[in-house]
Amino acid sequence: MELFLQFCINGLMLGMMYALVAVGFTLFFGVLDVIVFSHGDTVMLASFTGLGMYRLLEFFHPGLGAGWVVFWVLAAAVAVVAVLGMLTARFIIMPLRGAPALNTLLATMMFGTALREAVRLFFPDGSNPKPFPRLLPDWSAQFGTLNLRFDNLVLFLTGALIIVLVHLLITRTKLGMAVRASAQDAEAAQLMGVNFRLIVLVTFALGSAAAAFAGVMNGLYYNEINFNLGLMLGAIGFSAAVIGGLGNIYGAICGGFIFAFLQTAGVAAMPFASAYKDVFAFGVVIVMMALRPTGLIAEQSSRRV
Amino acid sequence: MTVHPVLRGLVPALALIVLAVAAPDDARAAAKKQSVKVGFIGPLTGGVSANGLGGRNSAELAVMERNENPDSKFLYEYVALDDECKPNIGVQVATKMAADRKVIGAVTHYCSAVALGTVDIYHRFGMPVIVWGAVQPDITYGNDYPEIMRICGTMINQNEEAAKFMRSQGYKKFAILHDTTDYGKSHKDFFIKYLTENGGEVLGVFGVTSEQQDFTAELTRIKALNPEVIYFGGLTPLGVRIRSQMDKLGINAQFEGVSGIKSDSFIEGLGKELAEGCLSFVEATPVEKLPDGQAFLKSYAAHNFAQGPEAYGPFAYAAMTQILSSIEKVGPDRKKVTAALNAVKDDNTLVGKVVYDDHGQNIVPIITKYVVQDGVWTIWEDSEYASGKRSLKK
Repeated sequence: MELFLQFCINGLMLGMMYALVAVGFTLFFGVLDVIVFSHGDTVMLASFTGLGMYRLLEFFHPGLGAGWVVFWVLAAAVAVVAVLGMLTARFIIMPLRGAPALNTLLATMMFGTALREAVRLFFPDGSNPKPFPRLLPDWSAQFGTLNLRFDNLVLFLTGALIIVLVHLLITRTKLGMAVRASAQDAEAAQLMGVNFRLIVLVTFALGSAAAAFAGVMNGLYYNEINFNLGLMLGAIGFSAAVIGGLGNIYGAICGGFIFAFLQTAGVAAMPFASAYKDVFAFGVVIVMMALRPTGLIAEQSSRRV
Repeated sequence: MTVHPVLRGLVPALALIVLAVAAPDDARAAAKKQSVKVGFIGPLTGGVSANGLGGRNSAELAVMERNENPDSKFLYEYVALDDECKPNIGVQVATKMAADRKVIGAVTHYCSAVALGTVDIYHRFGMPVIVWGAVQPDITYGNDYPEIMRICGTMINQNEEAAKFMRSQGYKKFAILHDTTDYGKSHKDFFIKYLTENGGEVLGVFGVTSEQQDFTAELTRIKALNPEVIYFGGLTPLGVRIRSQMDKLGINAQFEGVSGIKSDSFIEGLGKELAEGCLSFVEATPVEKLPDGQAFLKSYAAHNFAQGPEAYGPFAYAAMTQILSSIEKVGPDRKKVTAALNAVKDDNTLVGKVVYDDHGQNIVPIITKYVVQDGVWTIWEDSEYASGKRSLKK
């Protein structure tokens, strides 16, 4: 039982990270029908921005309280990555709107590679794994083999809060209505007075901000980051968005947790073949896509008519 | 035969030009020695680059010292390439180096997976190499190539010693984690072999991919098995993640690594507290304890390298010295240098006596046990753990 609970906790933490990344993929697809492959590397950039901010604070304000440090680390990551998201939309994705979808896909993939290499080359000693500071209190409680950690709880709840906020923003506000309207029919929305360009930029800022949190969470959870981490996170986040149904936020969240569940179950159920857990998880994704090509929760089918 | 007057005038002109070019060249050759290239390949970027840079500097030191010696016959040019600890990159740079006929010999590879992939290339190009840090047995024993030699020991010796030592400390139940490269898998195989021979018990074996980030699932299973020791066969980046996540899951077992985690970046990545008490086994004598070790360290410091020599630096230095000595002896010719290196017996080097067997493997292994004490890799016998002041996890 304790073992099962521990697996659940591990899976939930992983799932939250994947879901936060998947939300970005799905938002971008919803509004612009594009797949932004640099999204995984955006997460990585957020981790490194956070670490950079931490080092600056350590240098200029050595005695700053831990709470403030976390706040500034997070704020820096969100700000930098949100602006980067908007720039990506403005200068890479919008100019390619008329072009085949493949072009956007390739352009963003190359942009992701450029980001990755830039961090590797320009962050001091960037090609080596970097220890990420332990900023949250390390209180933990032990029940048999079950280990509950306070920092995990904080990370999980904050992640959940962010997803709820994004959801409320999309469903309950005027801005969200404009985003949804643009997603359903960009031209009609424009006729109704929606500033489409602005909505696209806002959506990209929003999706990237969620990714920024995933990046900082990744650092705080593992206490180690490297320039390569966006590659796998991007692939997993994208798969999660696809199994959930691209364009649907609930789908992305479900997809994230499903993928984490698959990976964890892969190890729990097949301890003799733990090295194959990714093969197992991605294999199941292929099967799910074959069975439900539209994803678990399909985008409104009327859209395309 | 009549020669056109213009051409007739050209002949002496040409002769003059030839002389003008050749004469100073002759004069220069007398003052300057013939230049000979020697190479180094190791991981200069990536997770294990600390070891790679230490090796690069140490081999370069051997070249510098030789060039500073007025008695040396040639002027040595040092070429260092980065294999990033990735087999595909390793194959590229090995081909690049071997294809350059001016490179007479090289000191190559820290990562076993890379070395296994490149031995065929060196053989095909007939370039003699001495492996300085990769410990997988098949690198030398998996082929009959005269070009491949290895100055460091193999992981067979290392794991035998490690298994015996852990048993002598009273540990019985082990959980094994390993990366799924040839390096990690062989470590696992040899350790399990010697552990079971010595009465230890393996509770579970878990393979992990070499880029994996999250180990909580594997470690949760391991936690349920309740082992006394978690053995990890793999390199520093994964070692750091696994040790760190053990702590997050509240696993209180002893962490035992292999030579692949013995680097300062392991302690740096974890912090002093988490690294405390971690074990590693290396087939080398620590450089301070070597007869010529102090001289080496002094010279190393005098040449102002940005990074320390790390565990395998002395091997790279000794290997490069052997290559340079062979070139001095038989001249800059790959075949002759290969033959000269194969014939090495009882060579007194920085890392002690070196004897190459018929596979080019140095068969004088020395294993040193290390434990992290106060943020420093300390030789077991000199540590407070051995004296009983501190104790490993039970």
